[in-house]
Amino acid sequence: MSEFMMFSLVPLAVAVIISMTCALLGNFLVLRRQSLIGDAISHVALPGIVVSFLLTGVLSSSAMMLGAGVSALVTVVMIELIRRLGRVEASAAMGVVFTSLFALGVLLLEWHGASGVHLDVEHALYGNLESLIWFDGTGPAALFDPVALADLPPQLGRAAWVGLLVVAMLVVLRRHLVLGSFDPEFAASVSARPALVDLLLVTLVAIAAIAAFEAVGSIIVIAMFICPAAAARLMTNRLGRQIAWSQLFAVLSAVLGYLLAGHAPGWLGFEASVSAAGMIASVAGLILLAACLAGPRRRRTGAATSV
Amino acid sequence: MPDDARLDKAILASPLAIHGLTVSYDHRPVVHSVDFVTPPGSMSAIIGPNGAGKSSLLKAALGITRRLTGDVRVFGRPYAQMTRHVAYVPQRNSVDWDFPARVIDVVVMGLFRDLRWWQFGGRGQRRRAMQALTRVGMEAFAERQIGQLSGGQQQRVFLARALVQEADLTILDEPFAGVDAATETAIVEVLKSLRDEGRTLLCVHHDLATVRDYFDHVLLLNVRRIAAGPVDQAFTEANLQATYGGRLSSVQLARLVEPALAAREH
Amino acid sequence: METWWRALTFTLGYNTSVVTLGAMLLAAGAGMVGTFVLLRKRALVSDAISHATLPGLALAFILVGLTTGDGRYLPALLLGAAASAAIGLWAVQSISDHTRLGEDAAIGAVLSTFFAVGVVLITVIQSMAVVGQSGLTGYLVGATAGMLASEAKLIAACALGLLAAVLVLRRQLLLVCFDADFARTQGLDTGRLDLVLLLLLMAVVVIGLKVTGLILIVALTIIPPVAARFWTDQPMRMVALAALLGALSGYLGVTLSSVREGLPTGPLIVLSAFGLFMVSFLFSPRRGVLASLLAYRRLRRRVHLRQGLLALAREEPIFDDLTLTLLCRRGHIRRDGVATSAGLAAARDADHEERLWALYRERYPDDALHREHAGLVPIHEVLSPDAIMALETQLLGRREVVR
Repeated sequence: MSEFMMFSLVPLAVAVIISMTCALLGNFLVLRRQSLIGDAISHVALPGIVVSFLLTGVLSSSAMMLGAGVSALVTVVMIELIRRLGRVEASAAMGVVFTSLFALGVLLLEWHGASGVHLDVEHALYGNLESLIWFDGTGPAALFDPVALADLPPQLGRAAWVGLLVVAMLVVLRRHLVLGSFDPEFAASVSARPALVDLLLVTLVAIAAIAAFEAVGSIIVIAMFICPAAAARLMTNRLGRQIAWSQLFAVLSAVLGYLLAGHAPGWLGFEASVSAAGMIASVAGLILLAACLAGPRRRRTGAATSV
Repeated sequence: MPDDARLDKAILASPLAIHGLTVSYDHRPVVHSVDFVTPPGSMSAIIGPNGAGKSSLLKAALGITRRLTGDVRVFGRPYAQMTRHVAYVPQRNSVDWDFPARVIDVVVMGLFRDLRWWQFGGRGQRRRAMQALTRVGMEAFAERQIGQLSGGQQQRVFLARALVQEADLTILDEPFAGVDAATETAIVEVLKSLRDEGRTLLCVHHDLATVRDYFDHVLLLNVRRIAAGPVDQAFTEANLQATYGGRLSSVQLARLVEPALAAREH
Repeated sequence: METWWRALTFTLGYNTSVVTLGAMLLAAGAGMVGTFVLLRKRALVSDAISHATLPGLALAFILVGLTTGDGRYLPALLLGAAASAAIGLWAVQSISDHTRLGEDAAIGAVLSTFFAVGVVLITVIQSMAVVGQSGLTGYLVGATAGMLASEAKLIAACALGLLAAVLVLRRQLLLVCFDADFARTQGLDTGRLDLVLLLLLMAVVVIGLKVTGLILIVALTIIPPVAARFWTDQPMRMVALAALLGALSGYLGVTLSSVREGLPTGPLIVLSAFGLFMVSFLFSPRRGVLASLLAYRRLRRRVHLRQGLLALAREEPIFDDLTLTLLCRRGHIRRDGVATSAGLAAARDADHEERLWALYRERYPDDALHREHAGLVPIHEVLSPDAIMALETQLLGRREVVR
């Protein structure tokens, strides 16, 4: 029990919170056919972090998050500019921007690789969920012990705050978001500010991606933005229920993935465990696969129209 | 020479007065210096060939797209202050009908401005939405998923969403495109009943054959304003020829304008 | 600087020269294939394909490693990558064809899931006793520094084959990208051609893995075609230009990376491509941002000025600020808004021209449709003096009648 509290409780909680947050936002990304904005933003977190490190010289979480946030904003602005001013298709504009910024990040990283920075591409991709150890979590009593609680890894608190922020913003903006996602022209005519809401949604995606990035790596972020929401989309025709399904799938992937990563290799006779973040994302993919094969509402209804 | 004072009065009374509106796309005006004062209480059609800028004119007037020049007034005030007085029905195919929503959900979207963010739509909202659905003959479909509707039913739902806005001016972009005959009749009935309540309707319209039956005013548009006014004054052979160029044969033109001749002879 | 010059002139040694040529051929092929994919509006499919190579790479590494003890065997790794990329491609296609999810969700789901599986497999590899594990991470971001001449030759040969295939198939591919329905009526099997296009794309990605790494190879299939789009509207020229821009980025990237020890090639190739894109985006005279902004401002002033002059001629009040400013700056009105004599003359001219254009549109509606200036250009620049004389006469005649 104390082993679970010390080594597994925090990673599991962080994974669940982040998965749920990302999946919540993912519902709107999938409905607006903007799923890949999550992909783009998680790629550009790397250059943001590298640049912030080069500027500040330290690897503090706040500087990293600020750097990643700025680079996410730069990305979104660049994509919009290229799309509008250059009349380039949205997905192509996205492809131009995030790959170039990622390349910049890798270049800067390797350039400084000689000076022995503890930053590497792999870490950025896989995260280090397993390292979130709660040293004071020696037993159930620690849950009520303020001293032990103060020792909780800070990533947990940050993930929780970001989760709360996202939920609060979505509650406030729910009608704007739904209206702007379904019918942006009508939304503009009733001054629901669809463009502003677009920007807010992307900002929330960036915030969630960055909080997640620090703890679990970018790969899980992309999977969690898309897979649970996409699977939920195939389960129901009602938005409320779709969101509920996406939350269920997110929790399921996080818990199952984490447990499988820790224990499945043992069943197969391996000593070590495998990447928890990778396993969580894989489980999310499997859930989507199941939904594609058997989801009750997997077929398209209505005349498909280009957006 | 327009009388300034009189012009101002017309603009003050008009639910949508457009002055010098130019919209450009690709460095080319698609709508050029258009003036149009929608008469209050009228049912007006905007007609013109494909690519004449009919939808662009409306979208720019409503601030959905950017305009190059021009001024738009709703009852004499800038549009941004007066959005409450205007309901807009976009083209049916501008949205994804596979969206997870029921018919009633879409109609309630029309009440967007009546709710603050902390409020949840209550029974009153639902009742208003149901009334609007009843008016367009869709009350039985309230709980349906929107993807299951036919084209005509989708258009009726859009109309119902505009109805709950209870606006003085309703702007419709091709409300009769791709709908069945029964729906067309039903929509016209609703629009006429709105006009009889003193509200104003402005439609982008494609079918020249029905202009006389449905509308009382008309704006002929082909990038520029070709003509505008009451249907029996503006909807003439010469104006149609100028609007459509060689795209209408003289036989077609004669057939369209015939009712006017017949009426005059009568 | 001198090293760079030697690299640019292919005098930095055999190995560098072969790698440079290989990268150029690869980038040219990526640009060509990418153009068709871009025209088909599926630019980001390559993102899914490239991420989907990882589990195949890792599995091949495990299998080869278990049998020989060293997993680094390029042909086997590429084969594994191709196999899992093919499965990923099929998954994207099936999801977007058979479910209600859009292609964006399909791409995102496939790339993240496949990549995650790859990551899991890599952590498995890390717990195995196999030599050459660090070689595998090279596939994430590319590593040409330690590339053997034989590997570079393999890549160059594959890229050459790819170029040849694209050249042979260019017409059919273009037809499918431009108008799939029409292509079908011409008896082309569009489904199969689409598949061929995606397989070509997959080939580019797999071959490029070693050079730029799986995340950045996507850039080579997107950036050069998007940059090429700014210079031409003709699809075949766009294909050629994309190949050229791709090759140029490869050339610049590889040579730049030889300047200093430890500079990664992949990112430099991508950033070179991005530099070329930025030049096109900003300065292309056809669709570039500067040209567009200038044209927009010019058009806006022209319309404002014309509206202002016409309002002067018709003695209507002017409220628009920009119109007033422009009129004032040209000396057409005084600061207090009263028209000057020059302004009145200009207004009369504008009004007259407007009437001529209106008459022209009325008399020759079909010809007027073909002229796109919407009457903003001085009429004598467009019509012949004879045609204008004829219009003037008609206009005069009409006035007489009115009187």
